[in-house]
Amino acid sequence: MSSHNESILREPLITGKDITYAKITDDVLWPVENKPNRAWWIGFIVAAMGACLWLFAVSYTFWNGIGAWGLNKTVGWAWDITGFVWWVGIGHAGTLISAVLLLFRQKWRNSINRSAEAMTIFAVICAATYVVSHMGRPWLAYWPLPLPNQFGSLWVNFNSPLVWDVFAISTYFSVSLVFWYVGLLPDIATIRDRATGLKRRIYSILSFGWTGSVKTWQRFETVSLILAGVATPLVLSVHTIVSMDFATSLIPGWHTTIFPPYFVAGAIFSGFAMVQTLLLVTRKVLGLENYITMFHIESMNKIIVLTGSIVGVAYLSEFFIAWYSGVEGEQYTFLHRFTGPYWWAGCFMYGCNVVMPQLFWFKKIRTNIAISWCLSIVVNIGMWFERFVIIVLSLNRDYLPSSWAMFYPTWVDISVFVGSIGVFFTLFLLFIRVLPSVAMAEVRLILKSSSEQAKKKLMKEGKVNEAEAEYYVESLNAYDSVEQADYVKI
Amino acid sequence: MSDIKYILGLFEDPDDMMNGIDKLQDNDISVYDVYTPMPIHGIEDKLGVKRSRLDIVAFICGITGTCTGFGMIYFMLVMDWPMNVGGKPNFAIPDFIPITFELTVLFCAFGMVAAFFYRTHLFPGRAPRVMELRATTDRFVIAIDANKGFDNQKIDNLLKEAGAIEIKHNDRKYVSYE
Repeated sequence: MSSHNESILREPLITGKDITYAKITDDVLWPVENKPNRAWWIGFIVAAMGACLWLFAVSYTFWNGIGAWGLNKTVGWAWDITGFVWWVGIGHAGTLISAVLLLFRQKWRNSINRSAEAMTIFAVICAATYVVSHMGRPWLAYWPLPLPNQFGSLWVNFNSPLVWDVFAISTYFSVSLVFWYVGLLPDIATIRDRATGLKRRIYSILSFGWTGSVKTWQRFETVSLILAGVATPLVLSVHTIVSMDFATSLIPGWHTTIFPPYFVAGAIFSGFAMVQTLLLVTRKVLGLENYITMFHIESMNKIIVLTGSIVGVAYLSEFFIAWYSGVEGEQYTFLHRFTGPYWWAGCFMYGCNVVMPQLFWFKKIRTNIAISWCLSIVVNIGMWFERFVIIVLSLNRDYLPSSWAMFYPTWVDISVFVGSIGVFFTLFLLFIRVLPSVAMAEVRLILKSSSEQAKKKLMKEGKVNEAEAEYYVESLNAYDSVEQADYVKI
Repeated sequence: MSDIKYILGLFEDPDDMMNGIDKLQDNDISVYDVYTPMPIHGIEDKLGVKRSRLDIVAFICGITGTCTGFGMIYFMLVMDWPMNVGGKPNFAIPDFIPITFELTVLFCAFGMVAAFFYRTHLFPGRAPRVMELRATTDRFVIAIDANKGFDNQKIDNLLKEAGAIEIKHNDRKYVSYE
């Protein structure tokens, strides 16, 4: 790997002075090897309270049945499936970052993939809890599995998208978990070799005896690449199948052929928004500004505006096809999103998902951390409302006006949803305390080629074109972790 | 014969370490293994490590998954208990594709990772066989078997010349054993 020099025009992926392999390790492992600070404790207590609320609300649901929710005979699916699709969608960005960007050799993924993958796993856990709790009789949750049974082996119906979903979500969860854990092994070994006593024992078990020899690394890289290769179509298939839960039905507003690509784009969109929400806070609290730089933030904002616009095009096609189909019921469903009693939900959906992200066309906004964070929250809200609009607004005014109804959530609905956010953050906060939140081995890999100090060295040695160097220094203006004064003398 | 079992050259920079391997090999000194905190590209060729065959394993496992998935659905819906659902055909291939695909991915991922763990002897609770504790943090370590009759002094000099910042003469193989 004789170090070749990367073009000066590319922005650095690691900023800061005197970054060595040891310093990367120290910085990343700081939260793991030290006592947590107050910010972590406050966050953890709030999140754990949310998780307790979730536990209580779900237990209440199990005890009393689905009647505890606000469902009625017209709106038979509401916040439960909204929450499920929302969480699964959020999970997709993690796989996208870890797998798709690996295949495309995007080096900026190296410092964000670990936390994004962790986010995937926790989001899918939250989604799975919704599936189980909406079943009504969760102790029969094994029924969608093709097991021999007392009915003379009446097998499950493999023509049903709900059965596909069972296979898709469980495969997705287990493959993501394996991908994440294999990537963690070298970093767990780092913690192991720096720790003593009981901590060393625990991490020793978790590290599977990793040594970092030549052959291990070679196999590790092969495995990572192939896992990325199979995870990429997997992630697309998962949300395609989730969309088919709706698209193969006969309900206007659901039976839309554009659903699979539209849902996949929406999933990536909402997932990146959640990654942005988490990482902007994490980098600040854990002091990782040198590894998760403005380039990462800006790149993610670019993906948000791209996928948000794809979702916008999908919305427009839906409207066009509803009009073009000439089917009255179909047309009504889409008009109803603006003129019906849920007009405000429609406004949240279209406003937060299509209109607001367009602000990211401006570089000033893309590189502003506070605005990026607020917009990421806006997208999260918008994507929740998208699922709400698709699910509830297609049901609440059905074919028979006498059965038209509204959906009013009960305290249990609200507690399950708010609580699931608590579960998610509890898991995430525990993760950043016990495991490295940045893939150290992969960040070490780009230190010699893509760091600010390597580029500074090139400039000092006069190996770069002057105009290009000027462009590069200018691009660093937006970085909160770079001191411009250092560049004046060069 | 001294008690020294392994000579370790600790490098701070991966390029210096690669240089060190070249120097040793030019002097016909064989390298036992190299431990690094990150993957080093191109080192396999230098040390003559053969390419990994895990991709073949992945393919075979994937195909097994495909056959399992398709075969299972075919058996259950077409052979064992064909159901009349609105007069539609029982053998509806397009409907079989999603689960067949999911099982392909599942078998491929789990089979390959299991093979990786098996071949590399990785499993929970395995005692780590580490020669130098900093090799997982910030040191790039070349290990040379000291009992192969090489001139230890010469090895030291070559490693130093290449830029090793520390040279260790270990009298036991794995420092991680307590």
